[in-house]
Amino acid sequence: MSNKMFSKEEWGTALEGLRDSCRIFVPVKDGDFHSFVPFENGTVPDFDLKNSRLSPKSVVYPQSERMFEYNLDPDDPEANVLKEAPKEYLPQAIVGIRPCDAHAFQIVKLNFDNPEYSDPYWVRRFESTVLVGLGCNEPCSTCFCTSVGGGPFSEKGLDALLFDLGERVLAKGLTEKGDEFLENAEVGKEADESILKEAEGLGSSASDKITTDIPTDRLKEKVVNELFGASFWEDVAFACLNCGTCTYLCPTCWCFDIQDEVMGKQGDRIRNWDSCMFPLFTLEGSGHNPRSNKFQRVRQRFMHKLKYYVDKYDNGVQCSGCGRCVRYCPVNIDIRQVAELMNEYETESA
Amino acid sequence: MREYTEKIRETAKRLLKDGKVDVFIGYKKGSVPMMNEPVLISDPEKTDLLYWDSNCGLNLCNYLTKRTDRIGIVATGCNSRNIVTHVIENQIKREQLHIVGIPCAGMIDYRAVQRAVKFREILDIEEDNERFTVKGGDFEEVFDKKDLLQENCATCSHCNPVEFDEMVAEPVEEPQGVESYRDVTEIEDMDSEQRWGFFNEMTSSCIRCYACRNACPLCYCPTCFVDESKPQWVGKSIDPIDTMTFHFLRAYHCAGRCTDCGACERVCPVGIPVRQFTKKLNKDVLELFSWEAGLSLDQRPPLDVYKVDDYNEFIK
Ligand code: SF4
Ligand code: SF4
Ligand code: SF4
Ligand code: SF4
Repeated sequence: MSNKMFSKEEWGTALEGLRDSCRIFVPVKDGDFHSFVPFENGTVPDFDLKNSRLSPKSVVYPQSERMFEYNLDPDDPEANVLKEAPKEYLPQAIVGIRPCDAHAFQIVKLNFDNPEYSDPYWVRRFESTVLVGLGCNEPCSTCFCTSVGGGPFSEKGLDALLFDLGERVLAKGLTEKGDEFLENAEVGKEADESILKEAEGLGSSASDKITTDIPTDRLKEKVVNELFGASFWEDVAFACLNCGTCTYLCPTCWCFDIQDEVMGKQGDRIRNWDSCMFPLFTLEGSGHNPRSNKFQRVRQRFMHKLKYYVDKYDNGVQCSGCGRCVRYCPVNIDIRQVAELMNEYETESA
Repeated sequence: MREYTEKIRETAKRLLKDGKVDVFIGYKKGSVPMMNEPVLISDPEKTDLLYWDSNCGLNLCNYLTKRTDRIGIVATGCNSRNIVTHVIENQIKREQLHIVGIPCAGMIDYRAVQRAVKFREILDIEEDNERFTVKGGDFEEVFDKKDLLQENCATCSHCNPVEFDEMVAEPVEEPQGVESYRDVTEIEDMDSEQRWGFFNEMTSSCIRCYACRNACPLCYCPTCFVDESKPQWVGKSIDPIDTMTFHFLRAYHCAGRCTDCGACERVCPVGIPVRQFTKKLNKDVLELFSWEAGLSLDQRPPLDVYKVDDYNEFIK
């Protein structure tokens, strides 16, 4: 695999040039926070970010996506026939994605791309995406990637990894896709020993800066129904607003809802992100809602992430430790505390 | 603030012990800086969890809706006005409540604090009445609270609870002559095209998470119009028209009921100033009906009363 080094200036030039090879998403500062947007003329990438407010999952899995279109005009011979809506799967890259968010794609992949089901939209878009990570020199106080199988310089799920070394940037190719992407950069030199050493040091000192964690070691041994029936859920859920903040910001939440929208005789079938926190999520056609209470919805979110996923896939928890839900839950419901309650749970006597 | 916390703990303990209330609703200290968590306490031995500082900017009235037990609750000026509105609108009975009034000096605008420290990672905040210290890994800065208040708090003229059973401290002085609606006037002065542009831009990053709606005590409808599916009034994608429809309609549903508590704005994960909508309606209701929400248990909001002898022509 190739390792390239750049001066900061060269890196800027390289990135500009790389736009010819594919569509690149970069972080930009947008008011108070960062978002990933397509790198176009006039876009000012800003790699001086903690992380983007919304995870870059939308680059592969948009919040709203047209699946089919149809015509309701009875005179049209093709009336009521669902046709695949035009979509593009052009090669694209997310440059500056944090290792937790890249790891998140791997966590989500088990759901969208497995022997039983394969989600055509997610899979094709994921396959056409190159993930060029940016290691975290200064992890936040709410980052706990190291306790869920990642790390501030984890290579999991990445095609290439960038090291910000002050004056210089090291780009490490990790997969063929990543190498190919970096090869297209016109400037930059082959990395030398000294920079590789420096990068290694950076990686280990960053891991030491992670100050928080979640316990997950005993989740697997718990009896699912006992955890489900634990007495702490009402307390955990009291403050919850049942909003979409935690799930929409989360890189590992994948649920969607399918809706038809019609204007005149033209119809679209759209899939939109959904959230298990919404009362509508499990509302059945009959009017019955198996999760009619708030605490049931809150329980679902945590049980899914920290128990059902664990049991079903044997791949750790459905969380990459990005800390977004911890920072931005408006009422401070903290997954670290809930994980602890679940992990420490002992069977209650009836 | 330490005095308030002590007093709240004492009061809650007494109320629970004496069986005056079944549960007590307040805040506990959050796990991240500038975030506190609403908490429900029923065990008098657990009242030490209760906490108060200038980061209690949600609206606890939100947690009262349709409860059937007897509840002790802390309430600032705006929160108490929402409780009054809740009582008038039959969402809770006054007799069920024991309101512990908080003379409020305003809440800190956590976004402004983040801006003030240039988005460096904040690890802790220490409050000392008028001032507070923000601590990070390699910095420490002191601010005057009044410079970094939430915008609704800076323009508030009902800092003391209007309805309470006891107070945690002497009332604070109510500010006089505050100019509450300068921002609304600025928007009113735009021509319609500019205004449309302004609102479009303002809501463009909305992700339809509904935190604003769900944090608002006024939004207690069993099924919100955006969640209706028969008929479906609003699309569920992030089409700008649907997003705008949600915001406009919600604001109209709050007309004459909103207390400008700021909870909606505080909770938005992408920082949309949603109060711009509700404030305009607050201003209209003030100008048309001399009405401010939740000041008295004896009068219904102007938009849900009809008087045969109404002096307005349009209603006849
Ligand atoms: S659950 Fe929270 S910390 Fe974990 S990946 Fe999702 S947003 Fe990040
Ligand atoms: S946990 Fe927090 S962010 Fe998630 S739905 Fe509840 S209030 Fe919203
Ligand atoms: S609309 Fe906003 S400011 Fe008004 S009462 Fe509701 S949450 Fe408070
Ligand atoms: S809280 Fe913010 S992002 Fe969420 S629906 Fe309200 S305005 Fe939109």
